[in-house]
Amino acid sequence: MAPVPCAICKTSRALIIRPKNHQKLCKGCFITIFEEEIHHTVTTTKLFSRGDRIAIGASGGKDSTVLASVLKTLNERYNYGLELVLLSIDEGIKGYRDDSLETVKRNAVQYDMPLKIVGYDELYGWTMDQVVEAIGKKGNCTYCGVFRRQALDRGAKMLGIKHVVTGHNADDVAETILMNLLRGDLPRLARSTSIVTGDESSEVRRSKPLKYAYEKEIVLYAHHKKLDYFSTECLYSPEAFRGSARSLIKNLERVRPSAILDVVRSGEDMAKLVPEAVTGISHCKSQKVSLSSADGEEEGAAGCGTNGRSSGGEMADMEKKLQEDEEASSREVEITSKVPNGVNGQRHDRIGAKPESRNGVKREPGKKLTRQTLGTCKTCGYMSSQDICKACMLLEGLNKNRPKMEIEIDVEDEESSTLRRKMEGLALTAA
Amino acid sequence: MESEETLPIVVEFTGGLEMLFSDERKHRLSVPARDSKGDAVTVGWLVDYLCEEIMKDNRKEMFVLDGHVRPGILVLINDADWELEGEASYALQPNDNILFVSTLHGG
Ligand SMILES: [Zn+2]
Ligand SMILES: [Zn+2]
Repeated sequence: MAPVPCAICKTSRALIIRPKNHQKLCKGCFITIFEEEIHHTVTTTKLFSRGDRIAIGASGGKDSTVLASVLKTLNERYNYGLELVLLSIDEGIKGYRDDSLETVKRNAVQYDMPLKIVGYDELYGWTMDQVVEAIGKKGNCTYCGVFRRQALDRGAKMLGIKHVVTGHNADDVAETILMNLLRGDLPRLARSTSIVTGDESSEVRRSKPLKYAYEKEIVLYAHHKKLDYFSTECLYSPEAFRGSARSLIKNLERVRPSAILDVVRSGEDMAKLVPEAVTGISHCKSQKVSLSSADGEEEGAAGCGTNGRSSGGEMADMEKKLQEDEEASSREVEITSKVPNGVNGQRHDRIGAKPESRNGVKREPGKKLTRQTLGTCKTCGYMSSQDICKACMLLEGLNKNRPKMEIEIDVEDEESSTLRRKMEGLALTAA
Repeated sequence: MESEETLPIVVEFTGGLEMLFSDERKHRLSVPARDSKGDAVTVGWLVDYLCEEIMKDNRKEMFVLDGHVRPGILVLINDADWELEGEASYALQPNDNILFVSTLHGG
């Protein structure tokens, strides 16, 4: 085939076909347009303010490495005035983090950024190896994911940083949207589309500047810029590789590359149709902000270290149960309606003025909606939409069952369903 | 008629795919220039060849699914997206660099 010239500079040879519009670009023009689009996302969503200290959740994987590289480039090019810090989590999986942490350490030197590594052992008293020893390999990604979400926020807090950026890309967002669509969970679907979770009143906000960037382009950017990144499959989640939502996305992309961004945009449009009192997302602000960031989200790459693709069944069960618990407790409060204003960080100015319907229950005007309450965990004091946060619930189960687990260790399936029943018991108590 | 002619090429695996190929990122290969029917070998042919001759791992489905390179794996021919080069039908040239990058691993 004859070489195709670049659609932008018309001189260099095209090496890249952009999935979203089939545009054929040379290496230089591709790198520039990729960076400019992230800049566009950052500026149109007013993601940062001058002087902000930003922690980049860094796993050494492609997404966070590209995020760090692009943010450094843009911070210098456009004089954002940001102080960028790399924040890494060590789950305590022997052999697994060694290489990725080495990669992050090299990145810290390459990008001239300070690096903070926080271990699960110091945060939770359990390494993932110990968790697996106790509960078996099945379902451990649930623990890893729940612990991980808090770990980044806690690490940021330790550094006195109020904003964590993560490498979630368009494929991750599309995958989460589809999973929530398939589950019929419109509130969570709506929340997963917002670029920022948490607001000025939150201790730590989260955002995903690569939200509109194709995974394919992230990999190509890393390749053409010769970035130093590490890839491995999470040792404990071989089934995650086959995550069916992910496969669906990748299959759709093959037939129609624009499908990924189309799913993201559809998700955003659907989010607008969900009453804000249910999602906690304010439609009035220029940037979409989701109130519930503490423990409610399930996002693609958040599940597990570098792989992070949600494994489906196990996580879904856990989510469902926690969700039911959440709904049960919120119904209870709605009936009694005795929660004083401002006790849970909810934005009362926006909520509760008009009748809302959820789960077929009609609300009377003036009744408070408490679904999206952002309070603190009674055990650890950390942000949570429930009395006891997910991490503490899981920890309580682990700590309670430590001796028993050691006996049941080789009955893997039995054991995890036993644990699940125990967690259900805990969930009910927590409600 | 069998041909003795061979093509020197470089095949690379990154983004986690290297673990399917003896943890070796770069493979310098000398492949037959003609297939069993006497036609010039293509990238499509190469994919089958890699599965049969080079891959020791038995998780073939992590590389090839339903007769195609698994969705989510990028193929670059001399740094160009293989869609620009005719995809599987691209006829291999001497000293070509064929890169397979997985986008499915790592965050
Ligand atoms: Zn160009
Ligand atoms: Zn807690």
